[in-house]
Amino acid sequence: MLRLLLFTLAQQEPGELGDGLTAIGQGIVYGAAAIGPGIGIGIVVGNAITAMARQPESAGVVRTTMFLGIAFTEALALFGFVLSFIL
Amino acid sequence: MTIPVLGLEVPPIDHLINWPSFLFDDTPFAINKVVLIYFFATIVTILFFFMASRRAARVPRGMQNLAEASIDFIREGVILQTIGPDGMRFLPFLLAMFFFIFFSNITEVIPFIQFPANARMAVPMFLALLVWFIYNIVGIAKQGPLHYLKNSLIPPGVPWPLLFLVVPIEFVSTFLVRPFSLAVRLFANMLAGHLILVTFAVICAALFSKTLLVVILPFSFGLLVGLTGFEVLVAVLQAFIFTILAAVYIGGSMHPEH
Repeated sequence: MLRLLLFTLAQQEPGELGDGLTAIGQGIVYGAAAIGPGIGIGIVVGNAITAMARQPESAGVVRTTMFLGIAFTEALALFGFVLSFIL
Repeated sequence: MTIPVLGLEVPPIDHLINWPSFLFDDTPFAINKVVLIYFFATIVTILFFFMASRRAARVPRGMQNLAEASIDFIREGVILQTIGPDGMRFLPFLLAMFFFIFFSNITEVIPFIQFPANARMAVPMFLALLVWFIYNIVGIAKQGPLHYLKNSLIPPGVPWPLLFLVVPIEFVSTFLVRPFSLAVRLFANMLAGHLILVTFAVICAALFSKTLLVVILPFSFGLLVGLTGFEVLVAVLQAFIFTILAAVYIGGSMHPEH
């Protein structure tokens, strides 16, 4: 397996290896950037649903605040998304 | 060593978002598809409210009904909840911004256009800078320059040794990261939506073949249709979020926390 990998690497042009590593890096950047905001948005929406279920009459205010919270949390994931293209 | 059937030719990103200009080439006024979409969004926004107000009746019908409902939505849902009753003079600005962003987003799902103009960074960045200037000017006019700086840099109830840490963080987050994240939020959401639609369209086109793989095509196509519906939701939601965040920032500089 390793020999095959090394053989394949030896066949590559020098530039191709860099391109491949960049592609792997892009994947890691976006994947890592999505972990935290994923958990964060889950917490925001979960608590908003709890609040709406407890007090359905305040659902309008809670929904607006929930979108605000999502927007702030999501920004970090989007920075990662943009960064993965810049790399 | 790509398997020929699965070797999907996804176009590179430059090919997806770079449009050649076809009018006034090599001048600052060059026109390409993105600029045309912004013209379209501007004209549709103006026409919408012009048509609605042309035959204004006491009992609204048709277009006027829609326009009044949208004004009511911005007033009740955005301004009263974030700025308060004294923020009503920002109603025209926020309303126009909401509809401009919405119409330039919704071209993502309109057939034969199918490109969200906000997937290019320039105009979201400009709108974010506009919001940045407005909330700074409002804060300076309302509180005076020194009070505005003090209120936005020093959160109430922080013990003084922590200020060495808090003030730089607040400065960066209020004056530098805010406009940037406002622009990137809109831009990256629309770009991501466009890329997802392109990916599924390419997959559908590749599966449309005489091989056995064609049995997967209905699922892929169903997902494409579903995601198109989801992108309509995203287009409305991003316009709403941009507007409400602008209102929150303006409200924050009008009414500082005590």
